[in-house]
Amino acid sequence: MAETSIDAAAAPPPSRFLYNLFRRNLSAKVAATPMVATVLVVFVGCTLWTVYYSFTNSRALPTGDFVGFAQYERLFAARRWNVSVRNLLLFGVLSLVLSMTIGFLLAVLMDQKIRLENTLRTIFLYPFALSAIVTGLVWQWIMNPTLGLQTTLRNLGWESFTFDWITNTDMVIYALVIADLWHKTGFVTVLMLAGLRSIDDEIWKAARVDGIPTWRTYLSIVLPMMRGVIITTLVIVGSAIVRLYDLVVALTDGGPGIASEVPAKYVINYMFSGGNLGQALAGSTIMLAAVLVFLIPWAIIEFRPKKER
Amino acid sequence: MNIAKRLLATVAMVAGLGISSSHAADLEVTHWWTSGGESAAVAEFARLFNATGNRWVDSALAGSGTGANPVIISRILGGNPMGATQMNTGRDAEELIKAGLLTDLTDIAKEDGWYDFFADKTLLKPCEYEGKIYCVPINIHSWHWLWLSPKAFEKAGLPVPKDWNEYAADFGKLREAGVVPFGLAAGWPLNGIPQVLLAGVGGTDLWMKVYGDKDAATVRGPEFRKVAEAFAQIRDAVNPAEVVPQFADVANQIMQGTAAGNIHGDWIQGEFSLAGAVAGKDYDCIPGLGLNDRIEGGGDAFYFPKLPEGTDPAVIEAQKTLARLLVSKEAQLAFNLKKGSMPIRTDIDLSGANACMKKGLEILSSPDGLLPSGEVLLSSDTQQQLVDLNQEFFSDKSYALDDYIEAYAKIIEAAD
Repeated sequence: MAETSIDAAAAPPPSRFLYNLFRRNLSAKVAATPMVATVLVVFVGCTLWTVYYSFTNSRALPTGDFVGFAQYERLFAARRWNVSVRNLLLFGVLSLVLSMTIGFLLAVLMDQKIRLENTLRTIFLYPFALSAIVTGLVWQWIMNPTLGLQTTLRNLGWESFTFDWITNTDMVIYALVIADLWHKTGFVTVLMLAGLRSIDDEIWKAARVDGIPTWRTYLSIVLPMMRGVIITTLVIVGSAIVRLYDLVVALTDGGPGIASEVPAKYVINYMFSGGNLGQALAGSTIMLAAVLVFLIPWAIIEFRPKKER
Repeated sequence: MNIAKRLLATVAMVAGLGISSSHAADLEVTHWWTSGGESAAVAEFARLFNATGNRWVDSALAGSGTGANPVIISRILGGNPMGATQMNTGRDAEELIKAGLLTDLTDIAKEDGWYDFFADKTLLKPCEYEGKIYCVPINIHSWHWLWLSPKAFEKAGLPVPKDWNEYAADFGKLREAGVVPFGLAAGWPLNGIPQVLLAGVGGTDLWMKVYGDKDAATVRGPEFRKVAEAFAQIRDAVNPAEVVPQFADVANQIMQGTAAGNIHGDWIQGEFSLAGAVAGKDYDCIPGLGLNDRIEGGGDAFYFPKLPEGTDPAVIEAQKTLARLLVSKEAQLAFNLKKGSMPIRTDIDLSGANACMKKGLEILSSPDGLLPSGEVLLSSDTQQQLVDLNQEFFSDKSYALDDYIEAYAKIIEAAD
């Protein structure tokens, strides 16, 4: 940065400008070209395409006429879409808060110089190695009242035992949260543990000398120092929540009825089996907008020039 | 896409040079028949096609209609078409036709006289677009069957019902006898039930008014109310905790007599015959709910995508050979006996067919036996909206009947 500002002050001749633009750090620029092209074409290009066609009445093929906000009006009038959004909000808050809290607590417990730490870490990380589809299927069988836990315990003699969340419209979203937590909490734990290990031992010694209780050290000293790890984890977990789809398909397929539908599934259904591209793209545009509402303020705070340093 | 097309064309040309002398070709065929009975059926087509000197390159796709159909469509759209494919008929295919991506089969159909030997002229309807034929219907499947368990009714001390009304009246007594009155599998098996009730309880005229004319006033009328009431009756008889994961499990329930009956498509017979059950003894079947002698028949169909320029003519010739072969007597017999569906022509010997298939064939051979399929009358967008509505109504026992009818009417009103 400093070098460029000096060049600018010297007002270089055009040939020098071209040299700076193309030849300077040539290898770095060449190396970055595929990535830049991918971002421009795939991400930005496809996003613009998506937003444009969400304003048309396209059916199976993107050929429709411009219809203004008609697709959005229909979208927000659709009960299934509104249920989907409500489900995602509830699921998102529960999944984010619980997986971060449980993940951190488990990491702290594993940080106590316990025996078999490597084994435990592997066990905790195993669920994450399974795909969401497998996770969904396994939990579908466990939670199915005619096959799984309920039947097993009833056969063992606990006749009144009931665990039918997966078939209960009010509880099914919590069934999803259970399967999701099982799937990704271990991953959060491992990330958090890496964060805990990056804290210098000197800090701990200093805290101990000052007579600060361990829980207080974790909460007021270690946790703030882990900011980088926590933000990374938040971004990974958060983006997984917004695109939640495969787990739902495998576990409940949106059922019973439409009680566990999520926005991504609405988009896929209307894009393919519904053959209504305009409607589907309106849904995905709203999903994008929702993500941006959270992302832009965060980016502004995170990347603003740091004056204090 | 252009580069991909050119590359493909080059590859096809190089490949073509190699085999043009033998004048036979490899043809990639995509389909989603992956279960036991299904793949045995499609193997019959492959066997007969290979006997013509060509080679059937089998590409079975997972995920059935909802999973595989989009894959097939995107391959055709993306400029990487297969030689032939099973595909859902309906509006999606229509858009591919409009875009000029599918082969016109009109000449073959005229030459071979498809209009003369097809059991019902309406069978070719889904394949027609602006007077031309773009696909080959190969069988007839119908949702409009009521399956009953004689064993369950015996257990409850009741006679086996003759039609839907008698059956629905027994729901309470069946429940008291410890039998599940209506066996149901989770997810999509519910989606076909409302339309069977529409044709059965509502009748042919109502079907045509609602699906054909898209008349919302009829939906708000007394006739449709009866249909909605029947649907609500099933909803109230089904305990969500008793819903089983797969439709094959319902077939099991019926054979064992733990569930009294079920409305499902005729492919459930594949499960019955796999278990060695006998129609009329281990299970009973009533077409059109016993109230209507016309049933909806939609079938599977094969499409032949237009291949990129420069493709070996032998491959295109092989496409035509396959199109002819699919509707031939020999192939129809071999395929449908394995598949459990009805053939598209009735001029073949079906002595191997079971009691249920014979009931279906009787309806098929009567004039106007087939109702125009909902899949053809409604756009897939409208169908999806109806599915969403039915699923929501069924899962929520507090969903009022009037609200359901109103929501249904609104969807029909907005249908195009």
